[in-house]
Amino acid sequence: MANVKEKIDGVFKDVIGIDPKNEKDKLVYNEIEGWDSVAHMTLVAGLEDAFDCMLDMDDILDMSSYDKALEIMAKYA
Amino acid sequence: MHDLINLSGRVAIVTGASRGIGFTIADTLAAHGADLILASHHDAELLDDVAHQLTTTHGVMALSQTGDVSDPSTTAELVKMAFGERKRLDIFVNNAGILLDGLIGMVPQKDIDATIGVNLIGVLHGIQAAARLMSRSGGGSIINMASIIGRYGNVGQLAYGASKAGVIGATLSAAKELAPKNIRVNAVAPGFIETDMIRQIPDDKYAERMQSIGMGRIGTPQDVANIVLFLASNLSSYVTGQVIGVDGGMVI
Repeated sequence: MANVKEKIDGVFKDVIGIDPKNEKDKLVYNEIEGWDSVAHMTLVAGLEDAFDCMLDMDDILDMSSYDKALEIMAKYA
Repeated sequence: MHDLINLSGRVAIVTGASRGIGFTIADTLAAHGADLILASHHDAELLDDVAHQLTTTHGVMALSQTGDVSDPSTTAELVKMAFGERKRLDIFVNNAGILLDGLIGMVPQKDIDATIGVNLIGVLHGIQAAARLMSRSGGGSIINMASIIGRYGNVGQLAYGASKAGVIGATLSAAKELAPKNIRVNAVAPGFIETDMIRQIPDDKYAERMQSIGMGRIGTPQDVANIVLFLASNLSSYVTGQVIGVDGGMVI
């Protein structure tokens, strides 16, 4: 799980410029600056590359927060 | 010119590939070097035979998968196959389609649902699934099968015309959204093409339609496949958001 978190943090930071370690508030899609729908698709592509997988559409739509991303990506780890 | 049309190393998905226009498209792409993933709703055995035939004839990879494109899991699975085999997708041909004619007021709901489901919803699922993998591999070409009926309409083709007009609308919107990702999206609008679908038409209607074709002949699946090849290849590298008629000057 630690490895999963590390990979996800790396993608958030490198792909959409949000470093989860530096964020005090919860990271929620469409509520924080920089994580809009365009960024979301880029984020998904980054996560797919990092985990060498293809996410199910339901998981993409369900990935509404950083915590949710951790939960979902654990399935693909 | 030869290099521009060479598809070696590229991966293509063709739906509705077991016969007719879809088969000819698959054969044409394979002849130019593309590796293929073929899909069809019916007859897994026939589709397997087609895949085997294309591999033997052209020396390319050809995998087959049966499924209903109106179910989103079908196109998702096809794209996952491309990812699993080659980690890339370059060409997606949304070709699967059905034709269920009926005069307004005489079209059962199940025919409307089936026509919209396969011809339009299936295309939307295909675009969604293909765009995701294409964007990861630097771009690609999505080719949607529309119809002359989707542009001009026809008696007895309420649902079919609506579905194909929808394909054109989806093509135009997707082309705009996906252009920055180097994904081109175009549609082909065949006219009167010699396929099993056309053979269902009564003789008098067939003769009437032939009269409306400026070039005086019915189109062939190869006429359509040649345009798909153009759109799939680098010959059309600056072409997106277009609807190309393949109709011999047909007037409806």
